[in-house]
Amino acid sequence: MSIIIENVTKYYGSYQALQNINLEIKSGELVALLGPSGSGKTSLLRIIAGLEQAENGNILFNEENYTNKHVKDRNVGFVFQHYALFRNMTIFDNVAYGLKVRPRKIRPSKTAIEQKVTELLQLVKLEGYKDRYPSQLSGGQRQRVALARALAVEPNILLLDEPFGALDAKVRKELRRWLRRLHDEFNVTSVFVTHDQEEAMDVADRVVIMNEGKIEQIGTPEEVYDQPKNPFVYDFLGSVNLFKGKVHQGKLATGNVEIHVPDSEDGESTGYVRAHNFIIERESLETDSIASVIDHIHTIGPIVRIEVIRQDINEPLEIELTKEQYNNLELKKGEIVFVRPKELKVFVDYMAGI
Amino acid sequence: MNIAEVKQKKKRTIPGFGLTMGFTLLYLSIIVLIPLSMVFLNTFTMGFQDFWATITEPRVVASYKLSFLTALTAAFVNAVFGVLIAWVLTRYEFPGKRIIDGLVDLPFALPTAVAGITLTTLYSPNGWIGQFFSFKIAFTPIGIIIALIFIGLPFVVRMVQPVLENIEKGMEEASASLGANRMQTFIKIIFPELIPAILTGFALSFARALGEYGSVVFIAGNMPFKTEISPLIIMTKLEQYDYQGATAVATVMLIITFLILFTINILQWWTSKRYTGK
Repeated sequence: MSIIIENVTKYYGSYQALQNINLEIKSGELVALLGPSGSGKTSLLRIIAGLEQAENGNILFNEENYTNKHVKDRNVGFVFQHYALFRNMTIFDNVAYGLKVRPRKIRPSKTAIEQKVTELLQLVKLEGYKDRYPSQLSGGQRQRVALARALAVEPNILLLDEPFGALDAKVRKELRRWLRRLHDEFNVTSVFVTHDQEEAMDVADRVVIMNEGKIEQIGTPEEVYDQPKNPFVYDFLGSVNLFKGKVHQGKLATGNVEIHVPDSEDGESTGYVRAHNFIIERESLETDSIASVIDHIHTIGPIVRIEVIRQDINEPLEIELTKEQYNNLELKKGEIVFVRPKELKVFVDYMAGI
Repeated sequence: MNIAEVKQKKKRTIPGFGLTMGFTLLYLSIIVLIPLSMVFLNTFTMGFQDFWATITEPRVVASYKLSFLTALTAAFVNAVFGVLIAWVLTRYEFPGKRIIDGLVDLPFALPTAVAGITLTTLYSPNGWIGQFFSFKIAFTPIGIIIALIFIGLPFVVRMVQPVLENIEKGMEEASASLGANRMQTFIKIIFPELIPAILTGFALSFARALGEYGSVVFIAGNMPFKTEISPLIIMTKLEQYDYQGATAVATVMLIITFLILFTINILQWWTSKRYTGK
């Protein structure tokens, strides 16, 4: 089922949590709402679910207006960060709940419910746990129960609010795979909220990046990572180095180097370079070679993170090399090297005019 | 190494068990156990035949029946309406909410005799409220029940209120998102969470009502066999210097009360054990 969000605005008191949000989600898509806390991503998800009402705007499911429908009539599956399992019920009863509360006319028979619940518990690999209570399960198991419970009602849409936020890194990764697999199997349109960019990139078909109640960019994980539309997106997705300076005739002057930036407008600008987009050399070969001192070297698994201090303006840069590159260069702490940005994206300072 | 040795080596993580447990036992002994055992001891000084004759006297038996029935009824009414009041106080915002919240505690603050006299004036046949009823309220068991409801009102409200406030909002939202209506959510999700608190409130309200004397003597009318409660019988016997008789009646009340409270405790333990998964 497709979702269309039209001009949605939400206030909490005088604080505007969502400003004119427009978003279209295609049927069968898995979309991540990604943003820092306070960006409005959870509010948007709750408005889609009907757990909260927007002040303005419309929510359409399959082009039908659902804006004023109560949450219980929307047929959405909602998964909460803290599971929200019914603690006075067994795992079986938790999963069966959505079917048992149906009006008698459309309620499946007892055996049909039992069959369905058993199937779902098998799917989340918890068939042996059906008579236990939620408090007897681990966090990852509880979230799998929550997922099964949401899927039991065959929802039109599956909504997940930071579903793996309370779990440890390893379980998180495992459940991510799960979510992707369940989504592909059930082909249900899914939206999930996360503040973890790696999680969003890993699982989602499309990523919606939000900040301060607005959508900054929508695109596939590759698009938003490789072609960030603005400094916020650039900064939010992975570590980035800033080169503040002035662009004049296709060159960004920063410190005492000039970096070639062919298609940029003149004016106060900032160049953005990802940590892995640097070349380290022993000699100054170009006008954009920046003389720097190596300050720190950390090895994190297969990558080596090097912090250097620019000699011209005394500012730090964060550079990531592969272990192989690092070994070839034989870098040492305190050494002077020349650093060259391989790929640099320039955004005109929007604050400069003020 | 045998099992006994292993057990001894098991260290508690929280220190001070011996000290606090010792203090608890001493304190409970001085405050509760010793006075209560005096009741039993004093009773034992009379022969069994005297004892049996005292406690099976028709007037005394009638007072037991009245005391337990009115106390149970009052506790039951308080359980139902206490949940309702707690619900309103936690779920809705309205002007004067704080004042109403404060009103709930008033029955605790008021001297019980004042409450008794006030209620009697209101519910007597020509009182402000009594005049609207075709049947008598004051000087009947109904009047006793009203007085007992009054003094036991805060228990259930104050037990249930914090539980209602702390119920995870997500559970209700999950229930709604799965298609349940408000009523189903209340019955299947919220109410089971409240049961232990309601039971505790009920037990406290019941225990308080059973021992209540001050407010009831005014509204009851104290007619033997009709509106004479057990605490009044005890009082009367004391006034006649029949200490043994008084403690005999008290002993029976203690035993029955203990059995009822014990049953409620077991019920409560059984309902709350299911959630914690122990």
